[in-house]
Amino acid sequence: MNATQPLLEITNLNIAFSSDKKLIPAVRDASLTVYPGQTVAIVGESGSGKSTTAHAIIDLLPDTGRVTSGQILFEGKDIVHAKKSDIIALRGSSIGLVPQDPMSNLNPVWKIGFQVKEALVANGVAKGKAATKRVAELLAEAGLPDAERRARQYPHEFSGGMRQRALIAIGLAARPKLLIADEPTSALDVTVQKQILDHLDTLTAELGVAVLLITHDLGLAAERADHLVVMYKGQVVESGPALEILQDPRHPYTKRLVASAPSLASQRLTSERAQVHKEAQQTAEEIAAEVAASAELGKGKKDIIVVKNLTKVFKLRGNRPGSSTDFVAVDDVSFKLKRGTTMAIVGESGSGKSTVARMVLALLGSTEGNVEFDGVDVSTLKGKEMLAFRRQVQPIFQDPFGSLDPMYSIFRTIEEPLRTHDIGTKKEREARVKELLDKVSMPSATMRRFPNELSGGQRQRVAIARALALNPEVVICDEAVSALDVLVQAQILKLLNDLQADLGLSYLFITHDLAVVRQIADDVLVMQDGKVVEAATVTEVFDSPREDYTKKLLNAIPGGRIELSK
Amino acid sequence: MTNNPPYPGQERYVRSLEESPLQEVDAVDTESPPTSIWGDAWKSLRRNPMFIVSAVLIAFIAVVVAFPGLFTSQDPTFCELSQSLEHGRSGHPFGFDKQGCDVYSRVVYGARASVAVGVLTTVFVVFIGGVIGAMAGFYGGWFDAIASRITDIFFAVPFVLAAIIVLQVIKNLSNGTQGFVQGVGSVVLALVLFGWPPIARIMRGAVLSVKNSEYVDAATAIGATRRRNLIRHVVPNAAAPVIVIATVSLGIYIVAEATLSYLGLGLPGSVMSWGNDISQAQSLIRGGRNVGVLFYPAGALGLTVLSFILLGEAVSEALDPKARKR
Amino acid sequence: MLWYIGRRLLQMIPVILGATLLIYALIFLRPGDPIAALFGDKPVNQAVVDLLREQYNLDKPFVVQWFLFLKGILSLDFGITLTGRPIIEVIKTAFPVTMKLAVMAFIFEAVLGIVAGTIAGLRKGKLFDTTMLIASLILIAVPIFVVGFVAQFFIGVKWGIVPPTVGGDASFERLLLPAVVLGSVSFAYILRLTRTSVAENLTADHVRTATAKGLSERDVITRHVMRNSLIPVVTYLGVDFGALLAGALVTEAIFNVPGIGNTLYDAILRGDGATMVSITTLMVFIFVIANLLVDLLYAVLDPRIRFDK
Repeated sequence: MNATQPLLEITNLNIAFSSDKKLIPAVRDASLTVYPGQTVAIVGESGSGKSTTAHAIIDLLPDTGRVTSGQILFEGKDIVHAKKSDIIALRGSSIGLVPQDPMSNLNPVWKIGFQVKEALVANGVAKGKAATKRVAELLAEAGLPDAERRARQYPHEFSGGMRQRALIAIGLAARPKLLIADEPTSALDVTVQKQILDHLDTLTAELGVAVLLITHDLGLAAERADHLVVMYKGQVVESGPALEILQDPRHPYTKRLVASAPSLASQRLTSERAQVHKEAQQTAEEIAAEVAASAELGKGKKDIIVVKNLTKVFKLRGNRPGSSTDFVAVDDVSFKLKRGTTMAIVGESGSGKSTVARMVLALLGSTEGNVEFDGVDVSTLKGKEMLAFRRQVQPIFQDPFGSLDPMYSIFRTIEEPLRTHDIGTKKEREARVKELLDKVSMPSATMRRFPNELSGGQRQRVAIARALALNPEVVICDEAVSALDVLVQAQILKLLNDLQADLGLSYLFITHDLAVVRQIADDVLVMQDGKVVEAATVTEVFDSPREDYTKKLLNAIPGGRIELSK
Repeated sequence: MTNNPPYPGQERYVRSLEESPLQEVDAVDTESPPTSIWGDAWKSLRRNPMFIVSAVLIAFIAVVVAFPGLFTSQDPTFCELSQSLEHGRSGHPFGFDKQGCDVYSRVVYGARASVAVGVLTTVFVVFIGGVIGAMAGFYGGWFDAIASRITDIFFAVPFVLAAIIVLQVIKNLSNGTQGFVQGVGSVVLALVLFGWPPIARIMRGAVLSVKNSEYVDAATAIGATRRRNLIRHVVPNAAAPVIVIATVSLGIYIVAEATLSYLGLGLPGSVMSWGNDISQAQSLIRGGRNVGVLFYPAGALGLTVLSFILLGEAVSEALDPKARKR
Repeated sequence: MLWYIGRRLLQMIPVILGATLLIYALIFLRPGDPIAALFGDKPVNQAVVDLLREQYNLDKPFVVQWFLFLKGILSLDFGITLTGRPIIEVIKTAFPVTMKLAVMAFIFEAVLGIVAGTIAGLRKGKLFDTTMLIASLILIAVPIFVVGFVAQFFIGVKWGIVPPTVGGDASFERLLLPAVVLGSVSFAYILRLTRTSVAENLTADHVRTATAKGLSERDVITRHVMRNSLIPVVTYLGVDFGALLAGALVTEAIFNVPGIGNTLYDAILRGDGATMVSITTLMVFIFVIANLLVDLLYAVLDPRIRFDK
């Protein structure tokens, strides 16, 4: 790593987008440097301008965007005002791109091999038969097994991880000096993420390629990069050696990030959680006593949800009429959720965790086994009793943009459960909605607004308010914070903790992010391929995991092993 | 990760707080007035020139249909053969047709039949096609299988042909002159009978894509019944593409009526309509006299249809889901 | 893949049966005696009437009539027209003419529509695009017979570039104008569809990736924008071919083309049920087959469809 001259030098860059005849700044006065062979990470939340900056380097901004001032020097030459033909020559051969979402970034109608070959031919690396051979080599180099056969397949036949590897092969095909990796693994499972990033590290080190890594994950950035650039609302707010920034953040925004990143802040969060746990259990016991004494559905037991040998088999229609294959989504899962506590179900995609959640919510029937709510078998409920069950068990879903009806005002959305169960008069309902919004720290003026005006985090708060409308005892959070930015995520998790302590709620928390679990859960269930791999308390899982898969998951947490001085 | 001394350009840097102030995390905007999807759509519609033009035109046409007397005092049925095919003069801007009737007033009064066919057909088609499509998409199962097959069958018969055949059947059944109501009624029936499949298909597709949304699951988890879900959540969200197609179809039905009249199979000759006038005018034009007899009703027709199609385009742009997501 | 074809073929059958039944019902379930209409006002021998009725199967119950008709179709025996000619003969002479017309219209609308639509989509918002949009709107809004009539009048009569009617000579030159008129509305739709498709695909993620690879602009547009944009257009074209045959009715009437459409029109005016049903059934058949071919073509163009359905 010879740091003689910088490979890429961005100085006082300003980028703006034109919308409705106005110029809206997206990046203001950004500067950063990348040396040959180095890995530099740009860290920021959505809207920070990190992707925009990266795209501007090779003139990939959409028609509405342009660089209004500043310099981008590549190998000493200004590329902002370069000729179109020069930029085209630069792309691929000198600067490569590995884009973010593997599904939408590969053309579905061309074979993978063809798309890799294009990169070779366009940059004059190889032609014809030699190129075909090279394609297989590149795919194998990127970690794709059985590369020759795979090259003849289409993108939709690949898994997410495989597609990402194909994109890496394309990005490195012409051996560029700089590789821009735009959130290259955000859409993938944690273990796959680690594999791919490790591989990328080795590859780029071997080839001497500099990497500009764009990510929202501070832990990941610190683990993989030498130099860190933190962006906030279009500006670079802090930059410097990665470890230094983590151990001694100076800008208030960086401080916030370090404090909220779940993978980095474990110790502090565990002690906070203990306090919540204590209070929640107390409140829950009081509620249990009330329930046992009343005519409500449920008997006031300590284990509020009991799942026994739950199994779900889906029949997938085969190609031939009449044929079908069985897909076992959930295989013999059993667990108990204690009142006033949080149980996290952790697993990667395809583990069956969401299917379990849907069965607990009685949105899906089970093939075998049963779900008991407070001593009552859910599958036996009908009519009025089912309605009573629904009062007690409420969901919060993952996609904030999908879980609220876009046609309903916030008021109507939160009021709907009250209306469906015929609770209170119009005035009483309005008061209740205001109360609920207050509980989730939203101004009551939000009532009149509509989902399309709110951000992801705000919508999730509305979803929480809706879930609390009926005073449930159990809330099922199905990847409820997975789609949120780090700081917003931290806020929502704190809110969920506060509500639990206040109302004695019991949570079933479904997530793929083991790092988040420490903040919010007491017990953990690790699932893989529909089966339970390990079931233990949070401390046990983090300090002394027993199963290999659990260890693998822990290992894969980005930045999980970085020691902080605090 | 190494701890090499920082290279030039990579020293520790922190931006001052005045330059980069921190904002509250995820604050709610309480200042600007609230807008829904429809509110957003309306806003963008208002600024779209296509919408303004078409809305003005349609409003104008609506007035003409409702109050033709405002536009002409001339009785359209008052025809003097002596004025046959004369060119326009004061008081009769469009001249006279073969029977000596005033073309201008015929155009004004003719609007009724054409617009009536368009509006009535659209209303029925949307109702029938919408209900069938929504139920097929939502309930699925055997209802969907049967409904889809029936839709396919009706779809397979060419629209215009079927309309012609149906009209011919009705004509033979009625034996004699039909008045305005029967004439319009027959044409509407013929068009509706074979016009509902495309709407049903679109509604079904829209419902299918909406019914798996998480807010529907959330509503179920609250305790809503399936039917409640369908009516209160699915249909309103699936309505957008149907509305766009319905608007454009309105224009197409008006054209279809004209085509049917041209073939002599549409509205009976006694009913004043643009289609009838155009068709009667065709045989005269070769003489080269008063081409206005053809072009004025044709122009009125084209303008009306154009305005509905423009409206459909404008609404489609405004409701574009890509513009909706923030 | 083969199972996919098989399933679709099976689905086709009830549709064809249902459609023919529907048409049959529409045409024959009506009062009014075509036989009497044949003779007009002349007095007629009852025995002759009965004989003719028997010959045309008009004395049997409706469902039996339909069944016999279907049997006839399978052996290509469509029966006879009211004037006594075997319908199959009529179809044999008229159909190729309409086919020629439809093919010419198809080529016109496809080639011109796609080319114009692509240019418009690539230069969205500019002059060419706006002009094309307006032209397409006019073609959709104005009834085809007005367009046909205007074209016939100016190009055929006034300026005499091509003969205004076709009559007996169905040569390419004479069919040119009718073909353009027939394809005009579809041309407008195809132009708009291509334009929208191209404009959408231009901003697709995979196009950005292709650009980032270092491909020339031309390669990006042909291989990544066009290839993907044409999928919905080709689908529409396939379905449209069936619609062309139906639309031929009006065009053939205007230009007096001796094709299937005109024949059908005459049959409708005369109340010749057998001919009406035969020709309409033929059109339905072609329409359904065209749909099937389009589905298969779609599977060829879009690899995602081939594997799951």
